Amino acid sequence: MKDNKKVELAQWASKYATENGAKEVSVSVYDSKESEVEVRKQKIEKIQESIQSGLSLKLYVNGKYSTHSTNRLDRNDLEKFIKEAILGTNYLAKDQYRSLPDRHLCYDGTEKDLKLFDSNYDSIDPRQKIDLAMQVEAETTGMDERIISVTGSYSDGSYRSYLVLSNGVEGFKESTSYSIDASASINGGDSRPSDYYYNATRFWDQLSGEGVGKYAVERALRKIGAKTIQSGKMEMLIENRSVGRVFNSLLQPMFGYNLQQKRSFLEGKIGKKIASDLLSITDNPFIESGRNSRLYDGDGLASRKMTVIENGILQTYYIDDYYGKKLDMEPTTGSSSNLIFELGDKDLSALTKDMNEGILVTGFNGGNSNSATGDFSVGVEGFYVKKGEILHPVSGMNITGNHKEIWNNLIAIGNDPLTDRSWQTPSMLFEGVDFSGL
Amino acid sequence: MNNEFSRREFIRTGSFSLAGMAILPSFLSMGCNRITEQSGLEEYYAHFNVDREMLQKVMAEALLRGGDYCDLYFEHSLSNYVGLQDKQVNRAGSNIDYGVGVRVLKGDQTGYAFSEEISLDAMKKVAKTAASIASESKDYPPINLQERVHPEFCKIKTSWEDVSIKQKIPYLQKLNDKIFDLDGKVAKVQVYLDDSSSYILFANSEGVVSFDYRPMVSFIAVCVMEKGDRREDFFASRSMRIGYEYLNEELMDEIANEVVVGANKQFEAVKPKAGQMEVVLAAGGAGILLHEAMGHAFEADFNRKETSIFSDKMGQKVGEDFVTIIDDGTNPNYRGTLNIDDEGILTQKTKMVENGVLTSYLHDRISAKYYNVAPTGNGRRESFRYAPIPRMRNTYMEAGPHSKEDIIASVKDGIYVDTFTNGEVQIGAGDFTFYVKSGYLIENGKLTQPIKDVNLIGNGPEALRQISMVGKDLKIDCGTGTCGKGGQGVPVSMGLPTVKVAQLTVGGVNA
Repeated sequence: MKDNKKVELAQWASKYATENGAKEVSVSVYDSKESEVEVRKQKIEKIQESIQSGLSLKLYVNGKYSTHSTNRLDRNDLEKFIKEAILGTNYLAKDQYRSLPDRHLCYDGTEKDLKLFDSNYDSIDPRQKIDLAMQVEAETTGMDERIISVTGSYSDGSYRSYLVLSNGVEGFKESTSYSIDASASINGGDSRPSDYYYNATRFWDQLSGEGVGKYAVERALRKIGAKTIQSGKMEMLIENRSVGRVFNSLLQPMFGYNLQQKRSFLEGKIGKKIASDLLSITDNPFIESGRNSRLYDGDGLASRKMTVIENGILQTYYIDDYYGKKLDMEPTTGSSSNLIFELGDKDLSALTKDMNEGILVTGFNGGNSNSATGDFSVGVEGFYVKKGEILHPVSGMNITGNHKEIWNNLIAIGNDPLTDRSWQTPSMLFEGVDFSGL
Repeated sequence: MNNEFSRREFIRTGSFSLAGMAILPSFLSMGCNRITEQSGLEEYYAHFNVDREMLQKVMAEALLRGGDYCDLYFEHSLSNYVGLQDKQVNRAGSNIDYGVGVRVLKGDQTGYAFSEEISLDAMKKVAKTAASIASESKDYPPINLQERVHPEFCKIKTSWEDVSIKQKIPYLQKLNDKIFDLDGKVAKVQVYLDDSSSYILFANSEGVVSFDYRPMVSFIAVCVMEKGDRREDFFASRSMRIGYEYLNEELMDEIANEVVVGANKQFEAVKPKAGQMEVVLAAGGAGILLHEAMGHAFEADFNRKETSIFSDKMGQKVGEDFVTIIDDGTNPNYRGTLNIDDEGILTQKTKMVENGVLTSYLHDRISAKYYNVAPTGNGRRESFRYAPIPRMRNTYMEAGPHSKEDIIASVKDGIYVDTFTNGEVQIGAGDFTFYVKSGYLIENGKLTQPIKDVNLIGNGPEALRQISMVGKDLKIDCGTGTCGKGGQGVPVSMGLPTVKVAQLTVGGVNA
């Protein structure tokens, strides 16, 4: 529910800034409540609660631009803060591309319930939260004598934000989230492998911790006896929950700031093939209860559904308002919302059976990617697969290559998207990947 | 989300995730009593609008349900950034963060809450929340607060709060110009100058009250070069706990040369072959090896829970005699340096490995009590919003017996690595990685062709055992290192002499 005092504060700050020398201003006021419980050995390890709020400003002063934020919301403090911020902005160089977005591209205030907010948030008994965390750990008791430690965690949050642009655009967002998390550590002899699992929801009554602890332990147990194998070109099947790590390196060069700063290997690639025919991705901000659903973005631009990649052909970039003006391109949005992938018809285990020789990657370790050139190198862990059979766990290996090539080697997509994440990635199978090991 | 249980990440700030902008002298004093780097305890009290009696009342509330210990951590942080893009200093910003965190410990259990409002009522309310970790009723005598005086490891001449944006702008412009002047292939340059000043007031139920002023500056350049249809980028950064006096021509020349030489080298660079090989780590930033392969696994929270691969290795020989690894909070003005840690413990120089033997974990209060040892001053937190946990400070290896030349000459077929962007470790499995932005192939004892964009992977205890040569040339790096753990980022530094590791897995290409 809107807190009218916060709405008024945002409106006041916008008015105060424009009355004191800012030509335009964008104000965001936000507040949140969070709580967290961590349980180990059926004892609360940590309990934490917080309430916080803040205000941030984008100032457009005589063609110059700056951004400011503070968590001191007393009006006298804010008056001084805003006035001095405006004075300081005057020393900067002019930037002709800095202005609020065109009104017609902005959110028009039409409300639509995206089912992101649980009105029961404040009425949940803290005891129930502790019980959930306790249960997550309790279900692992006696599961395996090699368990060293299982931490069960519960966390929740309730978030609100108010956006006021001096051109009249106003918006309000509220959301809640709940999650149950388990981390397990196992005695595997020389090594103490660990793994985690979690469930996250927007609504309390959809949250279940059942199986979370057990699955984290099972995942960790599977890693016992991991070996590094011979280097070579092989197939790579990436489990759905890890795909985001490599996909992010394909997404980053689509952003306006990388394109404009000449740090994108995808410059000039709209309408061109950048991946296998199997890759089709839609950015959909309107999914009910989606992790990143929204009616407007950080600039106040109205959200829209867009095709990012269709049958391997790049359809759009992520262009925020500023870089849109700088690049002379229509802005789309400066950040991704929910990414929906076109699915294949096999699950992870069927995809594994299709492999001749390769590694089923279940986690990444470090690594990076160069957005200017597409070069990447990333540590992997997972399982060695031969003729469709998982033979043993693998660790201490790297994959190395270039994003301009590897996405063309995508040969199958799973039917197993992560529907509770913003990037709803399915599992993906690649061929001809360079693995470094022994 | 708490799914970072086993993964700790280190990220070097390149052109992204920049925070913080001072605009005018005395800017951001924000209605509080003005405080400076020279203020005393009474001025800190006045700044946060508290007094001894108030602190005593809040702590009494925090311990009301039987907690063993409590502390109050007041913070006022002012950060600024100024940025240059497309040859113009055309962006800037500021941030104010203000609040108090209340922590209650009961054995190894933690209750934590914070307030952004500092008043007796607001503090008592959060103290009550934190107190709920314990569940009995107990009366404590009033706490007699005594000031804990600490040394000053980060002396400055001019506070960032006294420097206007007008004074900072010319440095960004000049650095941009120097980079463009050095090479005709430079196509784009970004420059950022971030500074922050934090004022901390700390009190605990052991009767300690202390205060601290923590300055920080980061100066960062990113350069993109074009050669034909190819583009390559590189970045360089410097960051220290120091004042405005840090900015000068020499510093700008250093950064400009580093990005231009670095970007040029990328055009010549190849990917090495895939597989295990000898790796020589250059003196300086390669200390990331210690941070990832050993440092995290030595943090005592993991060992207390027995989840670290080093949990059962205390007192054991883990490396050659010439391997001594330090985590130090006292190096003057370094990024990881602290006068007191974030739970009121004097900082120190902690030997984690001495002459090849594991001698100490890195402790916070909880783990020191668990192991019945003195705390090491490693209890750190990102801000008042977080409870402290064991963290590294400046982590480095002491100089050894070998010369850099002999180390390189001893490698027949391997690589030499000098610039890094990020790393990660899995505490329990011990597998660590770090990403090499640049280096060279070593062929028959000589540095030959440049290499780029490769991830190195190894196993902590194995890599430690395989450190076979250590140079005399210890260098502590001054880059912008931020270490992430449990969702909290803290500034750190790292250092290394030239070191040879007999075997690491290099992410390369297969013939």
